[in-house]
This record gives sequence, structure tokens and C-alpha cells, in this order.
Amino acid sequence: MAKAEGRFNPRERMSAVMDMLHGSQLWRAIFRPGSIFRRGYADSPRNRAYVVMNSLLYHLHPVKVKRHGIKLSYTLCLGGLSFFLFILLTITGIYLMFFYRPSVEVVYSDMQRIHTQVSFGLLVRNLHRWGAHLMTISVFLHMARVFYTGAYKPPREFNWIVGVILLLLTLLLAFTGYLLPWDQLAVWAVTVGTEMMKNTPVIGDQVQFALLGGPIIGAETLLRWYTLHVLLLPFVIVIFISIHFWRVRKDGGISGPM
Amino acid sequence: MPTPDEVYEQVLAEETAKGSSPAVAQARAKAARVRASRGAKDPSKPDSATAPRKAPAGEGAAQAKPAEGGGGPAEAKPAAAAATAKPAAAAGRPAARAAGGGGGAKKAVGNGGPAVPERVQRLLAVVKPEAIQKVERRPMDRVNVWPHLMAAEFVSLLVVLAAVTFFSIAVDAPLRELSNFNQTPNPSKAPWYFLGLQELLRYFHPQVAGVTIPQVIIIILFAFPFIDRNPSTRPDDRKLAIVIFSFFMLSFAVLTTIGMFFRGPGFNWVYPWESGIFFEL
Repeated sequence: MAKAEGRFNPRERMSAVMDMLHGSQLWRAIFRPGSIFRRGYADSPRNRAYVVMNSLLYHLHPVKVKRHGIKLSYTLCLGGLSFFLFILLTITGIYLMFFYRPSVEVVYSDMQRIHTQVSFGLLVRNLHRWGAHLMTISVFLHMARVFYTGAYKPPREFNWIVGVILLLLTLLLAFTGYLLPWDQLAVWAVTVGTEMMKNTPVIGDQVQFALLGGPIIGAETLLRWYTLHVLLLPFVIVIFISIHFWRVRKDGGISGPM
Repeated sequence: MPTPDEVYEQVLAEETAKGSSPAVAQARAKAARVRASRGAKDPSKPDSATAPRKAPAGEGAAQAKPAEGGGGPAEAKPAAAAATAKPAAAAGRPAARAAGGGGGAKKAVGNGGPAVPERVQRLLAVVKPEAIQKVERRPMDRVNVWPHLMAAEFVSLLVVLAAVTFFSIAVDAPLRELSNFNQTPNPSKAPWYFLGLQELLRYFHPQVAGVTIPQVIIIILFAFPFIDRNPSTRPDDRKLAIVIFSFFMLSFAVLTTIGMFFRGPGFNWVYPWESGIFFEL
């Protein structure tokens, strides 16, 4: 129609721009063939395979899985949710690191500042704390699920061992993080926890000294546990998570059916 | 019914009598032995499952031209090869030629149609029948990860993210007063995942409750797949393992719950509905 010509039509403009974007070399360089973001993605068996095969996902998931494995009642998604919570904790933890100094003189005022002055500081701290408790629970439950489905049996024995290491690392991460608020709750909970380790036969005092960086909890302990919590333990746990995921694939994917 | 070894000897003798080379004769004899051990009716001949399919009627070996490889009847080639191989072997042709066509579908790579009878074929490899692995894998119902698994994962991720976010908006993480080493809170409790151990401290010597028991638990957890040698994953077959594991999980849960809610000042027994909860996450 001659009337509509020359008039600004936002929908047409928009689709023209999107077409140009999807056809651009940059777009095609980023999204590999088979990506759902490519132009002309059609829901075909070939493209369903390409979505996984031609992306980073292929390191995590195969193209196809056993049908019983996607039933929610088999895995309850616990392993995947533990990993998701770990990512959530990494993101919120990095945000908290912007405002937190692990030094006895300023640490508690930093905590108060996070609560009162930092944008979304309290919310992010809440997410970090509740997410941490939830991750501990979900790792525990994931272990129970693996036991009840017999998924630790050959050829998956080694991955069970890696899983136990991951459970211990999760507990260590939770415990080292527990001290960092430096309030009465944190300090005395850690005191109770480390008092137990002092009972290690023969080297008990040395164990406690190494953990606390001194005979009692103090500035050394805070710095030491902070470093463990934000650097060393996440580094180690990422390595073991990678091994864990890799072995799931190598040991034949999801276990079962029972 | 002859045993596989007898079949081997028999086929070997036949092939040698036919004039096949020792390598070919041995390969065929071994193939026959494998077929015999799998229970084939007539082990001296390739069975119907592995034998090349018959060429369609009217398209005999004589009509199958070597140039036919392009588009149409792909089965015609092995069929033609197999059809010509038998007479060729019987006539005492070079052994390599016979191997090109004779040994069933796997070796029937030849374009040994009758149109070019004098073409010399090279034997690339003799694949021993034992070397061909028979993969025992039951067909299993499989589904595409995208979209079936990933959609479920994404939904569960969003549900958990929403739950944690709403909980974080509703409930604030505890921040008590600045730590004071001269003032011990009463009671002072460990983080909840260690409360089971702290509860054990009430019953055992510290060295037992704080060190020995956790260490034994960790060692047993590591060694678990090697202790439980039962290969079955069906719950009916592993009642003992399930009962033991459930007992430990349950007692850990009970001890932790007691440590959380039923221990008050001095870590003495209280009822939470009478004196409140002395516990913070």
C-alpha cells in the first residue's frame, strides 16, 4: 500500500535489524552450526545432536542419555544442583570479596557495612550463606542418592572416591567460610570445631596450631581461613569437579536402570 | 554335532585340499570355529546373518558390472563378489584373489566382477575372526539431551534459584555482636554439619568422638565400593547394604537434630517447645 510506504514500521525495522545481526560474520563466528541462536535453526534430530555436539556442553553431556536417566525421581537433580549452587556461591562470594577485608581491625565493620551500606549487600550475603547450607545438604543427599541407586558399583568406584573427596572439600569450604563474619557465632563455632581436632593422637597440638596459625583463634586464623576459603579450596574443588564430571561420561554416563 | 576344534580341523583340511594358501585356509578354519562355537547350524559356511545378501532376481553375477558402484544397488557388489569367489577358489586361482571375495561380507570388498577377471587383487590384511569384537550391548531407550534433559535441568535450576532468593529476602543471615574471646556464649555450638560429632562428645571420650569416629567414617566411605562386592543394583538384592547405610544416615540425622534443637545452655537437654531454640544457622 502506498500509504504505508515511507512510514516508520517498528516491527519491520526490528526484524530487518535482527536479520542483519544474525547474518553478520561476528554472530556466525560466535554461534557454531547447530546453535539454537543461529538463523534458521530448525527442530530436527540432526540439530538436536548439534546443539550438544558443537558446543562447550559436549564436555558435560553426551548427545543422548538413557531415558530413565532424565526421570526426576532417579537423580532428583542433586548433583547438578550442587554444581549450580557452587556457581551461585562463586558469584556471590566474589561480590562479597569487593567489600570484605580479612583483617581483625576492620573485618567486623566491613561486615556491618555490607549489611547496611553496600547495594544488595545483605541480599548477596544471605544468598551466599543460605546457598552454602543448601549446597552442603544437596551434596550429602547426592551421596545418599548415589548409594541407593548403587551407582558406586563397578565401573564407577573411582568416581565415588572423587565424590567423597568433594564432600570433604565442601565441608571444609563451609567450615572455613563460617569463621569469616568474625562475630560471636562464627568464632565460637570454629573454636568448638577445632577443639575436636586437637584430640588427634600424638600430633593434636600441631594440627590445631597449623589450622589456627597460633595456639588460639586470632588474626592469623582469619587470614589463613580466608585464603583457604576464597582461593585454595575453590581451586582444588574445581579440579575434582572436573574429574568427577569427566568420569561420569567415561564410566558410561548415568548409572542404572536399577 | 562336532566340537568347534573339530570343525576347525575339518575346514582346514578342506581348504588345503582345495589349494588355498595356508593363511587363507587358516583364516577360514578359524572363522568356522567361531561360528561353531556360536552355535551355527552349518559352521563351514558363513551363516545368513553375516553372509552377503543375495542379488535381486534377474540381476545375476554375470550382469553385475564393476562400474555399478556409483548410485544404485550397493548390495550388488558384495553379492557379485561372493558369487564369483567360490568358482574362483575352486579353480585354484591365486589365493589373494579368493580371499578378496570369499570370507563373508566383512572381506567382500572386492570389485572382482567377472567383467575384469584378470585384475590382480592385493590382500591388504587378514582379520582374524577372534580379533573382531562382538560388542554385547543391549539396545537401550535413549533420548536427546537437548531439549529433554536440558529443559529439566534448567527448570530445576530456576526453581532452586527462586527458592534461595525468596528465602534470602525473607530471612537474614545471622550477624551477632563482635567476637569477644573473654565471653563464651552459652551454649557454643559448632556449625550444624559438625553438631552430630559434638553430640557424640557427650557420650564418648573426645579422642573417640572427635577423631576416631570421623576418621573411621571417612575411611569406610572411601573404601565402600570395595567393601560392597555385590554387583547388583536392584534394591531387592542389597537389603543389608541399604539397611546399614540407612542406619548410619539416620543416626547422623538424629544426632544432628538433637544437637540443633534439643541442647540448651551447658549443652544440656532442653525441649525446644518449652525453652526455645539455642541454635543459629
